[in-house]
Amino acid sequence: MIHVNTKVNGDEVEFLCDPRETLLDALRDRLNLTGAKEGCGTGDCGACSVTLDGRLVCSCLVLGAEAEGKEIGTVEGIANGEELHPLQEKFIEHAALQCGICTPGILVATKSLLEKYPSPTETQVRYWLAGNLCRCTGYDKIVRAVMETAADLRKAS
Amino acid sequence: MVSVNLWSGLRAFADGKDVVEVDAKNVGEVLSGLVAAYPGLEHAIEAGVSVAVDGKVIARGLTNEVKPDSEIYLLQQLKGG
Amino acid sequence: MAFDDTKIENFKVVGTRVKRPDGMDKVTGKAKFGADVVAPGMLHAAVVRSPHAHARIIKIDASKAEALKGVKGVVTRADFAEGLTGGNLDVLENVMAGEKALYDGHAVAAVAATSALIARDAIKLVKVEYEVLPHVTDVDKAMKKDAPVIRAGTADKSVPLGMHENVVRYHESGHGDLEAGFAAADMVIEETFKTEATHQGYIEPHACLASMGDGNGDLWCCTQGHWNVQKLCAAMLGLEQSQLRVTASEIGGGFGGKTAVFIEPVALALSRKTNRPVKLVMSRSEVFRATGPTSSTSMDVKIGMNKEGIITAAEGTFRLQGGAFPGAPMEFTAMCAFAPYNIENVKQIGYDVLANRPKQAAYRAPGSPMAAFAVESVVNELCDKLGLDRLEVRLKNASKQGTKASFGPTWDRIGLVETLEAAQIHPHYAAPLKAGQGRGVSCGFWFNHGGETSVTLALSEDGTAQLSVGTPDIGGSRASMAQMAAEELGIPYENIRTTIADTATLGYNEVSHGSRVTYASGLATIEAARAAVKKLKGRAAAKWGIDEDAVVWEDGCAKPAGSNAGEFDPLPIEKLTAKMGSTGGPIVGHFEATPEGAGVSFATHIVDAEVDKETGHTKVVRYTVIQDAGKAINPAYVEGQFQGGAAQGIGWALNEEYIYGKDGRLQNSGFLDYRIPVASDLPMIDTVIVEVPNPGHPYGVRGVGETSICPPLAAIADAVSNAAGVQLKELPMSPQRILSALTEQARV
Repeated sequence: MIHVNTKVNGDEVEFLCDPRETLLDALRDRLNLTGAKEGCGTGDCGACSVTLDGRLVCSCLVLGAEAEGKEIGTVEGIANGEELHPLQEKFIEHAALQCGICTPGILVATKSLLEKYPSPTETQVRYWLAGNLCRCTGYDKIVRAVMETAADLRKAS
Repeated sequence: MVSVNLWSGLRAFADGKDVVEVDAKNVGEVLSGLVAAYPGLEHAIEAGVSVAVDGKVIARGLTNEVKPDSEIYLLQQLKGG
Repeated sequence: MAFDDTKIENFKVVGTRVKRPDGMDKVTGKAKFGADVVAPGMLHAAVVRSPHAHARIIKIDASKAEALKGVKGVVTRADFAEGLTGGNLDVLENVMAGEKALYDGHAVAAVAATSALIARDAIKLVKVEYEVLPHVTDVDKAMKKDAPVIRAGTADKSVPLGMHENVVRYHESGHGDLEAGFAAADMVIEETFKTEATHQGYIEPHACLASMGDGNGDLWCCTQGHWNVQKLCAAMLGLEQSQLRVTASEIGGGFGGKTAVFIEPVALALSRKTNRPVKLVMSRSEVFRATGPTSSTSMDVKIGMNKEGIITAAEGTFRLQGGAFPGAPMEFTAMCAFAPYNIENVKQIGYDVLANRPKQAAYRAPGSPMAAFAVESVVNELCDKLGLDRLEVRLKNASKQGTKASFGPTWDRIGLVETLEAAQIHPHYAAPLKAGQGRGVSCGFWFNHGGETSVTLALSEDGTAQLSVGTPDIGGSRASMAQMAAEELGIPYENIRTTIADTATLGYNEVSHGSRVTYASGLATIEAARAAVKKLKGRAAAKWGIDEDAVVWEDGCAKPAGSNAGEFDPLPIEKLTAKMGSTGGPIVGHFEATPEGAGVSFATHIVDAEVDKETGHTKVVRYTVIQDAGKAINPAYVEGQFQGGAAQGIGWALNEEYIYGKDGRLQNSGFLDYRIPVASDLPMIDTVIVEVPNPGHPYGVRGVGETSICPPLAAIADAVSNAAGVQLKELPMSPQRILSALTEQARV
């Protein structure tokens, strides 16, 4: 077993993991953070998206041991206590989720997008999200929610 | 007595008929009446049927009423996804 | 239970876009899906699967696996009940192979161990001795004389004499005189179409946590129908149904694929053997190989039309393979094929064929999309050859109230014409096309369903309400149920909490399928609420000393019916519920029935596409869904169903297919090579909700979830044909297929 010290959503945490365990396994099974989901295990669906030192990654393609000394951001860290992030508010308002399984990954991905590119076009949003599969919505309401959030955040700043 | 329309693939089991008269007041009696008149229909009914009564598709209920002038069609049982 | 004309003008909550109650949990990661729970002492399971498409199982030796440190138990078919017959036996056979492995990925044994990694290592140590047999995966090949027999003696009495043993069921329906009908046509077109199997593609793999005790058990699983899971698992484990309590988790997509059981009985069997809770989660590859994709099809359609655009005769033969078990939905393919048309002379034939593939499961309007692909394509071709407009022709032949359906009965009130008329005036239909773009049109149809439904509405002492339904929420239905209850009770939507109850808490509920939830659970919710309101009125009447008939319920209050009933101040619900314990007892409304009267749903789709003639790649540039919803309880969620179904249809039309190798093994069991639409593939999807009330529901609701997947296949084929000048009759219309068609056309 490998002893890992890392930071998740700003909190210092530690866990033991098998060398073969992925970061996704570690988050879900060792730290009980079940927000990130395994949809494919091969980096094709994005349901396991997290940020690793600010970089958007598929946690199923990262080993648990690689989290050592890094900062991880998951969906559980997006809201500020009771206060939802504007993206989360807009997703609910726009019905941008149906079953909700892809939602954590998409929220992590779009938060990352808006932090890097505050004024994306519809095409940019769609290509940024090309690694996050959704089978329920057809992406329409998701893209609308993201565009509107981007506009609101620009107004606020 | 009510007239029950069978799908054409069932004709072979009802002496070539595609409309069969049975004495019935509800869907359950329609089905048992059909089997009583033509035992060869039993396998199809056991496999599952829905009954359309005056355009309304009864997926499974046997207690739904049928009247002498009801339009009744036998259909293979409906399921969805 | 019938449509309530008085309500239609005065909805206060129904028809508004409320926030769904489970939204918060789903955007924060709190919501618990199938794989998100744990239990003390839990073991992890893994499944041993056949690498052969067809093989006799000679021997299973699990000794090395059992010896591995951390392995606590192994199960094979011997650990399941014997003596099952019919449908139950088919399900068991699919869940755990008996004498033969019938497809690549068929489960033959399973292991439980103290960690998921150990379980994964252990399955590699289970030695299975196979006698490999010849296999067949193609539907037409499986019907030929020399095809290997997959399961002898499975055909039922409906199959005509002389067919191969792999043909197990037969359907034939229709009416009129085909010969005369075709003779009266000015143009007859006859074509053959093929579609490959597709998968529902839900992002959440099947997952469950099973805990067996002394003759009883608890099961947590992601499913569209937990009573059905209870029934099937009880049969397969030899348990009494009530001894197995099943709780439905949040579900990450189903679309019909989670109406069956695959791993649940296995987890229960392992739990029973090890006497510990067992968690079983499928990998994505296992989901593709060993759950329930659609049938693949081979279809012949012949349609005759006169110069005026009237269809004079139509005939269709539909061959579907549903895996190594009977059940391919060929009768629905047959019945849906010509449903949008009022045709005097029509005949449809269906064949259910076995193949060495996994047991098919429902996928949104099972059987109907393939039929629409074939029939709508021929209708469009006839329109082109006769120089007629696609929507005009469809309107001329449209099924409407009073006309005879292709499968027999006379139609009640339906909304096909309204969707066609809406399409005609929609700006999309007249919008100019750029060079290289083509437009396509198609209709689609699905029956929708009622089914066993039990709902309980319990009032709390503070006048708020707890609604328990038994239909897992696969599309946002919790919000719609609460809206309907709020409408009847006259209390705010936010004061009602909807819960999906477990099997021990409510009467039987049929699976969430057939677009039945808003219709059936909704109807039951309305009836349960009305029952509660009746009791509330009774308490007010008793308090006022007047007749119950002299009390009305308005805006969440009991009021005297008129001034001659007496001068009493309105009694709001919370005043009545605060005292309910002493005025007669707790107030609960409940309703159990098998409602019949689900309304059918028709749709018309318009799509614009452009084809890159160098790469064969198709881009969908504009899409409009026009569908009859009867009454949209929550328009945002109805739109979501329209858009989601259209997106799945687009994937099915352009990219998705099961690819089997010569060895009968699935070649593309992952999301990289089983290519579903991603965000950059699609445009915004416009929607128009048509509302032609369903006479069988108090508010006029029709199911909407399924029909939206029916038109896209033909609509896109039509758009591609108009954009590139080649008509494809085989799906998917992948780039390589379009390029071959273009090359072939250039050569000719």
